[in-house]
Amino acid sequence: MSIKRRTFIQAAGAGLAAGTLPLLGRKARAADFKAGYIYVGPIGDFGWSYQHDQGRLAADKALGTTSTYVEKVPEGADAERVIRELADTGHGIIFTTSFGFMDATLKVARDYPDVKFEHATGYKRADNVATYNIRFYEGRYIQGVIAAKMSKAGVVGYIGSIPIPEVIMGMNAFILGMRSINPQAKLKQVFINSWYDPGKEADAAKALLDQGADLMAQHTDSPAPLQVAADRGLKGFGQASDMIKFAPNAQLTSSIDHWDGYYTERVKAAMDGTWKSEDVWKGLDTGMLKMAEYANMPDDVKKLAMDTEEAIKTGKLAIFKGPINAQDGSVKVADGTTLGDGDIAGMNWLAEGVEGDLPK
Amino acid sequence: MRLEIIPRGARSQVWTYASPLLAIALTLATTLIIFLLLGKEPLEALRVMWIDPLLTKRGFSELFVKAAPLIMIGVGLSLGFRANIWNIGAEGQYVMGAIFATGVALYFYDVESFPIWLLMIPAGILGGMFWGAIPALLKTRFNASEILTSLMLTYVAKLVLLYLVVGPWKDPDGYGFPQSRLLTSAASSPHLIPGTRIHVGVVAALIVVAIGWFLLSKSLLGFKLKVAGQAPRAAAYAGFSTKSLTWLSLLVGGGLAGLAGMFEIAGPIGQLTPALPTGYGFTAIIVAFLGRLHPVGVLFGGLVLALSYLGGEKAQIALGLPAAVTMINQGILLFYLLACDLLIRYRISLPTRKVA
Repeated sequence: MSIKRRTFIQAAGAGLAAGTLPLLGRKARAADFKAGYIYVGPIGDFGWSYQHDQGRLAADKALGTTSTYVEKVPEGADAERVIRELADTGHGIIFTTSFGFMDATLKVARDYPDVKFEHATGYKRADNVATYNIRFYEGRYIQGVIAAKMSKAGVVGYIGSIPIPEVIMGMNAFILGMRSINPQAKLKQVFINSWYDPGKEADAAKALLDQGADLMAQHTDSPAPLQVAADRGLKGFGQASDMIKFAPNAQLTSSIDHWDGYYTERVKAAMDGTWKSEDVWKGLDTGMLKMAEYANMPDDVKKLAMDTEEAIKTGKLAIFKGPINAQDGSVKVADGTTLGDGDIAGMNWLAEGVEGDLPK
Repeated sequence: MRLEIIPRGARSQVWTYASPLLAIALTLATTLIIFLLLGKEPLEALRVMWIDPLLTKRGFSELFVKAAPLIMIGVGLSLGFRANIWNIGAEGQYVMGAIFATGVALYFYDVESFPIWLLMIPAGILGGMFWGAIPALLKTRFNASEILTSLMLTYVAKLVLLYLVVGPWKDPDGYGFPQSRLLTSAASSPHLIPGTRIHVGVVAALIVVAIGWFLLSKSLLGFKLKVAGQAPRAAAYAGFSTKSLTWLSLLVGGGLAGLAGMFEIAGPIGQLTPALPTGYGFTAIIVAFLGRLHPVGVLFGGLVLALSYLGGEKAQIALGLPAAVTMINQGILLFYLLACDLLIRYRISLPTRKVA
C-alpha cells in the first residue's frame, strides 16, 4: 500500500514537473506514465472492445508504459464517473472508445486541462480532446467486390446496427463495390438497433437468407451472422476482428480495426509533450484498417481483392466517386466529382441497389 | 439421504433484520476466497472495493448519485411487494418516466427563464404511473399476471424509446445519431454541492424514503398493504379491496420509477439516449428485498448496491480485475440473502427414520 502511494506521488510529481518546467527537459519516465481506456463492451466480445484492448496492450509493449482499462461501461450516467476517476488517478491520456462517451468526455476534459483525452468516432473536440476513427468503409468496398464475384444470385444480406452515417456509408461502399463488378447486384438490409446481440443478429441473418440473399455481411460485432451462413453452406464476412476461427470454411475476409499504431503514437506524444488535439480518420494506407487473409475463394477473386486493396491504399481508387445515384434513382454524386470527407461523414441516404428504407 | 425443510413456527424478529447483515458478511467472506484464488491480496482487494470509494468527497457523493434511482424505485416496489403485488416492470416504468419528462423538456426547449425541470417532475411521475396502470388494469379486469405483463411492457417501453430517438426526437445537430438534443440548463435539475454531481434528485430520493416510511408505518394504507400480503383472507374479511390495493401498488411503484427516470434524464445523463435503461428497475428488486421491504432499509440497500458498482470500477482500475466482479458480487449477495431468509423461516433436518 505505502509503496503504491509513493509511486503514485512520484508519478504525479514527475508529471507536474514535465508540465510546468519543460525548459529543464525533464520527462516522466515511461513506466510512470499511465494511459487509461474505457470500453463499452467486455474485452471478450471478439469485436470492437477486444480490438481496442489489443491496441492498448500493443502500446504498452512498444513504449513500456502502464495502462488501466475499465470495461462494460454503460453510455449514460456512469461514463462521466469512470472517466473522472481515471483522470483523477494520474492517467496522462484517456481513450474513450465509444460514441456515447462523447459528452461525458468533454465534461471531464474541461475540469482536467492537463490530461489529454481521445474520443473514438465522435465529432466534438477541445484543446485537450482529440477524435479518431477508422475509414471502415474502405474495407466494405473490397468486401462488395468479392461479394459480387462470389454470390450466384447477385444478392447479399446485410445487417445494419444503428442508422448513423458510419453504418450508412459502409452499406453504400459495399453496394458500390458490388456494382463495380455486377451492375445488377442488390443488397438487402435490415437494421437491428444494436451493436452486439448475437441472438438478434442470427435471426436477422436467417431472415435475409430466406429472402434470397446467398451471402452475409454485417455491421454488428458478433460472429453469429457468419456462423449462420456457414451452417447453410454459404459464405460471409467477419467484423472488427479476424473471425476465421468461428467459420474456417465460410469467412472470405474481415475488416480488422487496428488501433495498435495509433495508440502507441498518441501515448508517446502525450508523454513527450508533443500531443495536439486533432481529428484523425485514416484507413488502409496507414494500417489502421487491415484486411484478414482472403480465403475460401478462387485465385482470380483473391487477386482482384488484393488489387482493389492496393488501389485504395495508393489513392488510385476513390470510393465515393460519381456518378452515384440514390435509391430512387436521383443523382447524388455527379459524374466526375468525388465526395469530400464532410459529406461522407454526414451521409444520410442509401445508394441505388440497396433495398429497404432507413428506419424513420 | 434426503433433507427436509420444516417451518420453524414463530419467526425470529431479530434475525429478520439481521439476515441482510449476515448475508453481507458471508458475501465478503466468499469474495475474500475468490480474490485469493485470483492471486490478489484479499484484504487489500476488499478495501479497494468497499472502502476506497468512500474516502473522497467526490466518491462519497457519487455513491448517493448512483443510489438515488435505486432507492426511489426500491421504495415504490417494496410497498407493492408487501401486498404480494409483483411489479417486475419498474425498468419500463423508469423509461416511460424519462420519456414523458424529455417530452416536456423538448416542448419547452426555447424557454430559458423558467425552471422547466419543475414541470418535468410531474411529467415523469405520470409517465411511470401510466405504464404501471396497464398491468393494474389487466390484473383487475382480466386477472392477468402482473409479473408477466409488467415485464413484457418493459420491452415495449424500450422500443418506444428507440422509436423516439431514431425518429421524431432525433437531435437535428447529432449527425444522425439516435439521441435527443442535450437538455437545456433550464431543464436540468440543479447541482447542489459544487464539485460533485449531487443534484435535486438525490434529495428527492431521501424525501421519498421519508414519505414511504410514513405511509407504511403510520397510515391505514400501510396497514392494509401489510395485512393483504401476510393474511389475504383476513384482509378480505376486513373489507380491504384487493383491486384498489393492486391499483395503488402499481401506480405508486410506477410513479416512483418514473420519477427516478426523470431525475436521471434531468441530472447525470442530460439527454434521452437508447443507453438509458441499464437495469436499475431490476437491481431495485434486490434493493427492496435487501432492505426488508422497509423504506429505511431500502435506503441502506440502495447504498450497498451502489457501492458494489463503484467498488467494481475501483477494482478494475486499481487491481485490474474484470468487470464481472460487480455482477458476481451482486449475485453472491442475493444468493446468501435468499438462503438466510429461507433458514430463518425453515430449518433443515434429516428425515426421522420410520420403523417399518
